[in-house]
Amino acid sequence: MNSVSAVDVSRPALHRRTLSRSLRGSLKGGEYTWALAFVVPYLVVFVTFVAYPVVYGLWMGSDASLYRELFADPIYQSTVVNTILYLALGVNVKMFLALLLSGFFMRPGRWMKALLLIFVLPWAVPQISTFISIHWMLNGEWGFLNNVLYKFFHIEGPSWLNDRWMALGAVIVSHIWKWTPFWTLILLAGRMAIPLEIRDTARVDGATGLKGFVHITFPLLANLYLICTLLSTIFLLGDFNAVNFVSGGGPANSTHVLATLGIRDAFEIAHPRLGVAAVMSALPLVIPLVIVLMRKLRTTEVQL
Amino acid sequence: MSTIAADARLSSRALARAQSAVRLRHYLSKTGTVVLSLAIIVWSIAPIYNMVLISLEPEGDVFTDHIWPRVPSVESFWGVLTQGHWYLEHFWRQFANSLYIGAMVTFFALLIGSLTSFAIGRMRIRHGWLVSNAALLTYVIPASFLAIPFYRIMQNYGLSNNPWSVIAALVAFATPYAIFVFQEYGRSIPIEVDESARIDGASPPQIYLRIYLPLMAPALVAVGTYALLLAWNEYLYQFLLLSSKSSMTVPVALAQFLSSDQSPWNYMMATAIIYAMPPVAIYYAFRRRMAAGLTMGGVKG
Repeated sequence: MNSVSAVDVSRPALHRRTLSRSLRGSLKGGEYTWALAFVVPYLVVFVTFVAYPVVYGLWMGSDASLYRELFADPIYQSTVVNTILYLALGVNVKMFLALLLSGFFMRPGRWMKALLLIFVLPWAVPQISTFISIHWMLNGEWGFLNNVLYKFFHIEGPSWLNDRWMALGAVIVSHIWKWTPFWTLILLAGRMAIPLEIRDTARVDGATGLKGFVHITFPLLANLYLICTLLSTIFLLGDFNAVNFVSGGGPANSTHVLATLGIRDAFEIAHPRLGVAAVMSALPLVIPLVIVLMRKLRTTEVQL
Repeated sequence: MSTIAADARLSSRALARAQSAVRLRHYLSKTGTVVLSLAIIVWSIAPIYNMVLISLEPEGDVFTDHIWPRVPSVESFWGVLTQGHWYLEHFWRQFANSLYIGAMVTFFALLIGSLTSFAIGRMRIRHGWLVSNAALLTYVIPASFLAIPFYRIMQNYGLSNNPWSVIAALVAFATPYAIFVFQEYGRSIPIEVDESARIDGASPPQIYLRIYLPLMAPALVAVGTYALLLAWNEYLYQFLLLSSKSSMTVPVALAQFLSSDQSPWNYMMATAIIYAMPPVAIYYAFRRRMAAGLTMGGVKG
């Protein structure tokens, strides 16, 4: 139940500072050395494998002419459009579905528990396995989807992955399929954390159904929903697998997103600096997101 | 009398109408639940069913139009387990590579994460919040954005095709989550426990080993599961950093299938299912433990 304890940390933080000041006196020389020794391994990992690559990447992508080359590339232009669509639809449709489904799974009963076990399957099975399976499912000639369409409705399905917009749609749907269970579980935990008395009182006062949701449940979930949306935005921005395996960036490089285009530029056309530049062009979105998220995650204790 | 009787009749009719309205609503909501449940089942299972369907096809039967296996055959599973296809020559080697990387990432994420959160949360080291912020920052940077510079650096170090380059990357991305969960969980253990041990003369390593780690056992299990699944499911870094057939892991080998025009789809799907079994088993076995701090389960994949 500690998943959404929305604690205002500003006062405890102040408290902690004075406490640490008073404790520093009692942290004897030898103990201080030990504490330092305990922190050093993480600091080494952070500096060598996170901070250094960040600085190295910034240096690789620091040449302005790279961006001129990048912006002139028609593949990059369509990639930006794809990334925006992927973000807008992928995040919001998924989060909205998760919000609705978390309400559905609040219903009591053994059946609901069993259904939840099936529902989380897409999340439990590794991404590579399922995305490869979806890729084959959407094959125009022998794919499972078109076979079903033909068997039941006598419809000749299209080659789903041979058209830019259908392929992009397939990627977005695959992403939603894969990650809705996870966010549903988070929001479900958030709903469960709402004290029973609040829900009961609201019900007695006539706030049931939609009314109860609008006036009671959603205001209490809003902060969690916002944090989940922001986190999901940044995770989706870095998502490589859905695009790489469902559409492969095709047809004719028309469904890349920034994460896959960066890897393609760096390794397929062997221009690593251009790849870094492609990824870095997302910084105007990444930096504000990171700042807001860091503040939010620090001041509200959402445990994911 | 008659008016009373009429009233009674009227009210009983109103009652019956109200009852039938309730019954209708109940019926509708039940139907809705059933329909929604069926939709959820079909939606969740379809790609997994497709995987099973194709893996059960005999060799030449993949390119057909049926939607259930006509002649189920376990030929392809047998082929994977005995490394019977030229694509699968190194399957067990690759499986062992995945296991090794997963075990090492789990071990180091737990070790480094618990040491760090012990120093910050229990010993309250000065400027500990700076370390927490570094971890938080790592958590919100997309891992795939760092892949290109990371690859270059590993090449400069001469660590390409070495599993330790992958382990280093995954430890760097798994440890921040470990630090959060440990600090969060550690708050439920009163600091007086440590204080009294200190007064009794226990040194920090002794407190860490004998008191902190045993009390943190549930959080260690939750984070360990998370780290193991993260390493097992990760693709991009393993793909970039491990290129030889004998050093690559199962997901990389699986993706190699795709690059060929004449992919043996039944073998591929059988491999995908065998590869998916350990994480699914772990997930369902540790579901309750993981609920202690709902895991990100490979979100940073």
